[in-house]
Amino acid sequence: MWKRIPEQIRHIVVPAVALVVIYLVVRQLLIPYGFGLWGHYRAPSVIQNAELSLKYAGGEVCIDCHSEIALAKKTGYHRGVACETCHGPAYAHTQDQEKHKPQINRARQACLICHEYLPSRPTGFPQVVADSHNPLKQCIACHRPHDPKPPTPPKGCEACHASIQRTLSVSHHGNLKCTTCHEVPKDHRFSPRGNPPKKLQTREACGTCHAKGSAAAKDIPRVDLESHGGKYLCWECHYPHMPEAR
Amino acid sequence: MRKERPGNGHDQSRRDFCRTILLGTLSLVVPGSVIGATGTKGLSDWYGTKYKPKEHLYAMGIKVDRCIGCGRCVDACKRENNVPDYPFYTRTWIERYITTEEGQTIVDSPNGGKDGFKAQVSDKKLLKTYFVPKICNQCHKPPCVQVCPVGATYKTDDGVILVDPEYCIGCRYCIQACPYGMRYFHPKTRVVDKCTFCYHRIVKGLLPACVEVCPTQARVFGDLKSKASPVIQFVRFNKIFVLKPDLNTEPKVYYADLDMEVR
Repeated sequence: MWKRIPEQIRHIVVPAVALVVIYLVVRQLLIPYGFGLWGHYRAPSVIQNAELSLKYAGGEVCIDCHSEIALAKKTGYHRGVACETCHGPAYAHTQDQEKHKPQINRARQACLICHEYLPSRPTGFPQVVADSHNPLKQCIACHRPHDPKPPTPPKGCEACHASIQRTLSVSHHGNLKCTTCHEVPKDHRFSPRGNPPKKLQTREACGTCHAKGSAAAKDIPRVDLESHGGKYLCWECHYPHMPEAR
Repeated sequence: MRKERPGNGHDQSRRDFCRTILLGTLSLVVPGSVIGATGTKGLSDWYGTKYKPKEHLYAMGIKVDRCIGCGRCVDACKRENNVPDYPFYTRTWIERYITTEEGQTIVDSPNGGKDGFKAQVSDKKLLKTYFVPKICNQCHKPPCVQVCPVGATYKTDDGVILVDPEYCIGCRYCIQACPYGMRYFHPKTRVVDKCTFCYHRIVKGLLPACVEVCPTQARVFGDLKSKASPVIQFVRFNKIFVLKPDLNTEPKVYYADLDMEVR
């Protein structure tokens, strides 16, 4: 058989086979185990990534032992806040309760990291100006962290709507009470989102003070409701909490 | 149609020659791939069997209007994934956008937002201001994977972009390629590191650390292949934006209430 192959072919076949063998051997040596199995990468690397150790246990585990705290938290404003948000990673604690204790930070700063007033925070998120809000007291002296109801329901609207209050107070509407324009259900203070306050609905509502012929004080600017603003509602151009800024 | 060639002694036609070559090649490749496929059995006793990556496709939703800029996500991510505290590398971070009445936009992110934000000193009048959490977009078409010269970064079957720290040569090409700046060079391991959606957590059914600790549910995490997933709900009921859609990377981090200024 071998002899029947012409000589010139035999001379090529031998180095060709040798090259293929060398290629296969080198490839075997260079390409790591599992490479190309699932794609252009080492398959064991996926497993390595998937088997890294945990630090955060996840909220479900905590409830098994701390059911009474979970119960208190369930109806409070902090119901959406995970245990480990304040107490830090607790996987080690779930493995050995005695040796690893989760952190308990009682400092004011621990609460203020979320609740210090910042203009960038969304409106309605409860914020305080720490320098003026009982500066020498710990937060937990009045608020239970697992059910942080204020000790007395906020009296003024500014307790929660601080950014609106700040804008309003320097505007021409600064002397108006919130209830002049907003009808506030009694339960809004206890369950704010369930009982939202009402807003003005019509141009005539602003016209009570600003329409021509209104009985309000003389220095209040007047407009002709018929012609001013056309089809637009007042608050589509004038921000009611700062009406002079257009 | 075999043509007899006289006086040669070899009656191999061109077709036969091609067939032999083809069969020869196949006989090399087929056993090779079979060995390759069976040779990796026993990689893991649960991955691929108990947990099937092809049945999942992970994505995240971020509701910008809910972010309070507390930085708990940044802190949790660093603790969960051993991200160095200094220099200030982060796998996820929070940016604060401040647009003044003059129309100028200032963006800052002190220490990635890990220690929270201080009230802005600027007394310029604010037009609007808000926080935007940033995280690896886990693109459908990831440019970082495309440029890796050695295959050390890749997309898994469940749609997460991972790094193979043992195989990475530290050339930093992927850091250059990522249009979102989501990768950094780890100063200790000397390889590239990035957000993995906490891959070791999500394959066990846990949430990524940043989603776990977010106190206002600004971050939502879920599986796009499961109808009951919160991220499906998020995508259905919000107007969704992605970062830099013009780059055609098809991110899997969806933003709701995103402002035009955000890049």
